Amino acid sequence: MSLKILDKGAIAPLVSALMADYTVTGPQAKRSMFAFDPLTDPAELRLDYNTSILSPKTVLQPPHETLATTHLGEIPSVEPEVEAEPTVIFGVHTCDLRAIQLLDKVFTVDYPDPHYIARREQTLIVSLECLQPCDENSFCKDMGTLEAGTGYDLHLTDISDAYAVHVGTEKGAALLEKYADDRPATDADIKRLEATLGAKWPRFKNHLEFDSGELPALLATAYEHPLWEELGERCFACGSCTNVCPTCYCFNVTDTISLDLSESVRERNWDSCQLDEFARVADGHNFRQARAARQRHRFFRKGKYIYEQQGMLGCVGCGRCIRTCLVHINIVDGFNALHRSRQEAGK
Amino acid sequence: MTESLYAPEFARLTSVKPVTELEKLFTVELPGGKSLNHEPGQFVMLSIPGVGEAPISITSSPSRSNGTFELCVRKMGNVTGVLHTLNSGDMVGIRGPYGHGFPIDKMRGKDMLFAPGGLGLAPLRSLINQVLDERADFGRVIILYGAKRPAELLFRDELDQWAARDDVEFHVTVDRAEGDWDGNVGVITTLFPKVSVDPHGTTAVTCGPPIMYRFVLMEMLGKGIPENHIYLSLERRMKCGVGKCGHCQINGLYCCQSGPVFTYDQIKNVPEAL
Repeated sequence: MSLKILDKGAIAPLVSALMADYTVTGPQAKRSMFAFDPLTDPAELRLDYNTSILSPKTVLQPPHETLATTHLGEIPSVEPEVEAEPTVIFGVHTCDLRAIQLLDKVFTVDYPDPHYIARREQTLIVSLECLQPCDENSFCKDMGTLEAGTGYDLHLTDISDAYAVHVGTEKGAALLEKYADDRPATDADIKRLEATLGAKWPRFKNHLEFDSGELPALLATAYEHPLWEELGERCFACGSCTNVCPTCYCFNVTDTISLDLSESVRERNWDSCQLDEFARVADGHNFRQARAARQRHRFFRKGKYIYEQQGMLGCVGCGRCIRTCLVHINIVDGFNALHRSRQEAGK
Repeated sequence: MTESLYAPEFARLTSVKPVTELEKLFTVELPGGKSLNHEPGQFVMLSIPGVGEAPISITSSPSRSNGTFELCVRKMGNVTGVLHTLNSGDMVGIRGPYGHGFPIDKMRGKDMLFAPGGLGLAPLRSLINQVLDERADFGRVIILYGAKRPAELLFRDELDQWAARDDVEFHVTVDRAEGDWDGNVGVITTLFPKVSVDPHGTTAVTCGPPIMYRFVLMEMLGKGIPENHIYLSLERRMKCGVGKCGHCQINGLYCCQSGPVFTYDQIKNVPEAL
């Protein structure tokens, strides 16, 4: 769609105006790192952030949410609850934007999930072009997530004293119209935008030693690879990698009774395939007991299973699982090790 | 009112009967006596408020619904532990039915070989009874049933009826004889040599504890039954039943969506399946 320009000085007034009608969630400084949280002051917004501890999936699939309340009595009655409010996620990097597109597929196909969908329909996404790598762990260039593609309502690119704004949807256009003091792009703006986008690519390095499109086929040959045992011996099974992953959506459903025994609340909570009980059934049999098998399952979901189910790879290259792992399990190193083994086997 | 995929409907238990020391049979009536509309082999998510939810296979045949359905449940975990304390008239939450059941229409005209082990009879009973209710649509009906002990045999009355029928070839065995048991002793695979089958005219169906599948499959394949005519029902932990929560995943397959009923050729190259 069309291209607009927002001077940098226009961002704070825009956020301020949005805050009157929306919860505006954006990257904020949290000690030495950044976190996506609702803004209480436009000055908290840090569009110069590198990466956030958790991805903005926390908005669309919160760590905990209420699904329904059952009022107990002679005949129990169930009251479904949908927790959704008008929200703008401001400053979403393009890796996380891709992850949201995957979540959109997961929660809308087959049995559409009304809780996710209600939140998604009320959420506008203002994404942000990355001009610098977050750090040495991001591998977005390898995963093809260094460009926005689609999925945003508005997309910002920093062109020094202003942001070039790509308008992705009618909702995005309406948001600009109502809340922003923007101006049309001049030829000079377009030239600055082109120069900015052209200059960014050499700053990003490739980390994978092969094309990420080969991941499903590579993993298909690697089920029995010794890597899994090696990772299983190191892994603490703490679940940090899946918590920080923008595409991990597995969850637990729990029922909790109130102290006066009058109602039972059904909640959905994030869960992790890395935890011991994830695949354990009532008689104690655990269908994925070994930590090696659980790490393998994570790698396979990211590189193969989700691709087979949804047509998109389950890894967007954000690097969060690498940064967070206490024992330095590195998914890029893992994939590269499998690739080298395959090359050696092919010689 | 908003809808939720995860909000159960409350249904009344119209009967609770002991089946063995470990299992009870719960007859469930949905509000207004409406039909569950299930296929044999499907499951429901059963909730006890304040305790939780668990996937439970439907043991009654769609051909015998009468406005109710039956769940045969072993007292095993949190949900089933509390369920076992409930009585006729109490209410439980139900979602479903979910999953792919047995494709009975593909089985018509074929001989049927059922090989349930232990509690695996619960899901297979839904199909067995439908086949028996539509008996003329099927060829031979062979049932090979194994349990650990005589006291763990489910549905003793029905087993006696099956044994008495001329049009059912019924063989039962226990791993360990006890009491006045004078029947077969040995694991379920010891029953297979007692029957010969027309391999290309036979559909084989099994369900049982995880350890059992490999051995029963060897017997079925050994009889020459094609891989895509062998059906298995698999158990997994499930939290949603609708292909999202991830708990039931078997490599790239969601058991709740692609299964719980699979053909052997669907899962023979899926390492986590068996």
